[in-house]
Amino acid sequence: MQPTTHALPHPGVLESHHEELSFWRKYIFATDHKVIGIQYGITGLSFLFFGFCLVALMRWQLAYPGASIPVIGGSLNAILGDAMMNKSPQGGYFMAAELYNAFGAMHGTIMVFLAIVPLAFAAFGNLIVPLQIGAADMAFPRINMASYQAYFMGGVIMLVSFFIPGGAAQAGWTSYSPLASIIATDGQTFWLIGMVFLITSSLLGAVNFIATIIQLRAPGMTWMRLPFFCWAQFVTAFLLLLAFPPLEAAAVMQLMDKVAHTSFFLPTGLVIAGKAAEISGGGSPLLWQHLFWFLGHPEVYVLILPAMGIVCEIIANNTRKPIWGYKSLVYSVLVIGFLSFIVWAHHMYLTGMGTKISTFFQTTTMIISVPSVIILTCLFLSLWGGSIRFNTPMLFALAFLPMFGIGGLTGLPLGFNFSDIHLHDTYYIIAHFHYIVAPGTIFGLFAGIYYWFPKVTGRTMSEHLGKIHFWGSLIFMNLVFLPMFAQGMAGLGRRMYDGGATYANSAETIGIPLDMIHRNVSISHAAWALGLAQIPFIFNFFWSLKHGKKVTSDNHWGSTTLEWQTPTPPPHGNFLKPPVVYRGPYEYSVPGHAQDFTPQNQP
Amino acid sequence: MNTACPATPRILLRKTNLDKPLWEKLFMDIPYIVKPREDTGLYNAKVGIWLFLASEVMLFGALFSSYILLRVGAAAGTWPHGLLNVALGTINTLVLICSSVTVVMSWASLKLGNFGRYRIYQSITLLCALTFLGIKSVEYHDKFNHYEVIQTDGRIVDGHLVERTKDFDLAKKTGAVTLLGHFVEKTEAGAHEATAKHAEHSNITIPVAQIKKMENYGPWHSTYLAIYFTLTGLHALHVFAGAAVIFVIWGPLAGLWKTDPARYTNRIEISGLFWHFVDLVWIFLFPVLYLL
Ligand code: HEM
Ligand SMILES: [Cu+2]
Repeated sequence: MQPTTHALPHPGVLESHHEELSFWRKYIFATDHKVIGIQYGITGLSFLFFGFCLVALMRWQLAYPGASIPVIGGSLNAILGDAMMNKSPQGGYFMAAELYNAFGAMHGTIMVFLAIVPLAFAAFGNLIVPLQIGAADMAFPRINMASYQAYFMGGVIMLVSFFIPGGAAQAGWTSYSPLASIIATDGQTFWLIGMVFLITSSLLGAVNFIATIIQLRAPGMTWMRLPFFCWAQFVTAFLLLLAFPPLEAAAVMQLMDKVAHTSFFLPTGLVIAGKAAEISGGGSPLLWQHLFWFLGHPEVYVLILPAMGIVCEIIANNTRKPIWGYKSLVYSVLVIGFLSFIVWAHHMYLTGMGTKISTFFQTTTMIISVPSVIILTCLFLSLWGGSIRFNTPMLFALAFLPMFGIGGLTGLPLGFNFSDIHLHDTYYIIAHFHYIVAPGTIFGLFAGIYYWFPKVTGRTMSEHLGKIHFWGSLIFMNLVFLPMFAQGMAGLGRRMYDGGATYANSAETIGIPLDMIHRNVSISHAAWALGLAQIPFIFNFFWSLKHGKKVTSDNHWGSTTLEWQTPTPPPHGNFLKPPVVYRGPYEYSVPGHAQDFTPQNQP
Repeated sequence: MNTACPATPRILLRKTNLDKPLWEKLFMDIPYIVKPREDTGLYNAKVGIWLFLASEVMLFGALFSSYILLRVGAAAGTWPHGLLNVALGTINTLVLICSSVTVVMSWASLKLGNFGRYRIYQSITLLCALTFLGIKSVEYHDKFNHYEVIQTDGRIVDGHLVERTKDFDLAKKTGAVTLLGHFVEKTEAGAHEATAKHAEHSNITIPVAQIKKMENYGPWHSTYLAIYFTLTGLHALHVFAGAAVIFVIWGPLAGLWKTDPARYTNRIEISGLFWHFVDLVWIFLFPVLYLL
């Protein structure tokens, strides 16, 4: 079988065309989707690391409130200034409350908008989607470049905000007004301007992805022959396209509140620090929450759908059999996309928006869990009877399933207002969505990195280190997040500077059991260990770039989809000759074929 | 693993020198930049602009929803009416409708191959855009010059700034300000408009010592003005951006008409679609902000 006979002159031709570009055009102002994908990947991974560092420091304050930070406390004080660090009587420095709040808000912002979305959607989407649909590039390469640059600018603005007087935004990644609007420092203003850049970037990216998938599918690549990963990205792009603009509107209005002293989100009679605020009033704090969560809920599917797509590709490839229920997957993802626009107010049960509205959103929330369950079930059933290859990407993909399952199931009690009243704003929420985003989405991303690394670099990552990385991550992820469910159910609130110590067993309040607060210590230890568990990955990643084993085949994993039917790494323009698609995406182990995979472009 | 598809040797990817026409033939290019794809019937940029407009609908939709929520939530009788100049708003509506027509005519002219006619029509479009922005800034100026002064005796003066004395300073309590306006009978906004229409306007000079609070009708004055300035400001930005794009295609990029007329015409179609959207937004803005 010869899916791509690499006739001699073609590759050289393409490469010499490549070499005409200067360094700047090729790597900095690149328009090639693969280079942009790598740019997104590197920037996103850096932000992922930075976001983790913020939380690693916060975990110190939670485990040992008021204890000075070892080793780097002094440097933090030097960098961030006295206003952000408190001097400890025993010597050394510990975090000021303002810094804790800023780190918390920026951890959420950075992880969601600067790490996971850029990685899951933009990096993997850019790298893989055009290849999988058999296109030469994205539909609008220059808009693609602009999208990355807007993202980069947004990131720079967010980073700079740490160093302005008063520090970064402190009102949480949700930035609820009035709190967000009345904190006197400029952190929130920077946050809002940064968000406008990030939203612009996402919008440009979304337009590009949708147009690419609609217009540039190779001949024969019908909708029902599209790999599931492309479907997931397609729906994700629609979510970004339609859900982000309302947040942009909200950001503009909050910016007006900050700089033009309007009162969009500030109510009449607002009192700040004991004094009546000098504002016109008449605004609505609820309005912000509606606009925020109108993005916020679709956004959580933006975080998870691309990871589901990656996992699906890898499961099909490593079970060596077709995905069970491909069509159900496709219809489910479409239904999720649609329904995710009408569930947002399940984040607002405690705002007193009224029982009728509450009932509506409870209903839609329960309905949306159905397609999620269908997807998970299809992926589980796909394992049945497969001769599974347990390589590193597959391990991560397999772990994704139960982890996402835990995250999803624990969402159900949050979807009913009667149980949410107890759980809202506690560590239970933190556990719920981290199960989905951390051992869920991030495992999906790791799986994708191990899986596509050979295609992008021509070398493989070490399986041995990969497995160490996998087991370390899996164990410590659970040690971090599982106890948080218990803490939350015991009433431990989130976003508390001292980790709840103030409320421990206090006589006046309903005391939080001390052992629940003591778990903060073991959780912090697990969190730092989780950080250490990434060292094999970081080493593996860089080492394999130079010294990894060279691939012996363009189709390293014996895959059916088109991205593997190209030279390695794919040249500018991707395919040596325009591919034609003859079959569905997962024709593994087709009876009567010599090989256990039949590429989509094989007649 | 499998031997079916051996890795393309890197050496082969390095140096082969072929002449340009050949590599252009081999090089896989992005299709449907000009010609529509058969099954969708659209060229790429048209898909792109429709998607972009969908997101714009969501942007302005969110702002309109905010308008509704703020208005419904306002305390009874506090939502101001009649603050804006309906005549100017009407003129601006007509100006934009006119520009919509000329945009279509310019595109039709190109389709008929008449580049000169296209240029004339499109320059009318640009003139319309400038007129619109000009009128809009006159309206803005008027609002920023319109003051409400609450005196220490509780009476309220409402009017346009005539002049401030040289030593005018609110903080130091020196000087005086003269407004062309009238004394408002009651403090509720509802009563205000009724009197404003019929009141005799005259020059009223107020010494700063008598001023408790002085504020102009900027976005900070009320949520109505806040949403008015935000919506119209964002819309004006869109008008400006649209006009800038139309101008760039009209002037600096006109060379493309000679080399690739089909693509040039497509650009006019795309920018025209955007322009129609911007007009449509105004068609909603005008009644909502000026009339209701
Ligand atoms: C499968 C069904 C799911 C249900 C029923 C569900 C339900 C909920 C509910 C009701 C809340 C609000 C709780 C509160 O604030 O009191 C919540 C929070 C959250 N969920 Fe889910 N969820 C589901 C899946 C997901 C997915 C797939 C993600 C994606 C990554 C996700 C991410 C989040 C996040 C980030 C929050 C926290 C928001 C905050 O900061 O307040 N959830 N979930
Ligand atoms: Cu939600």
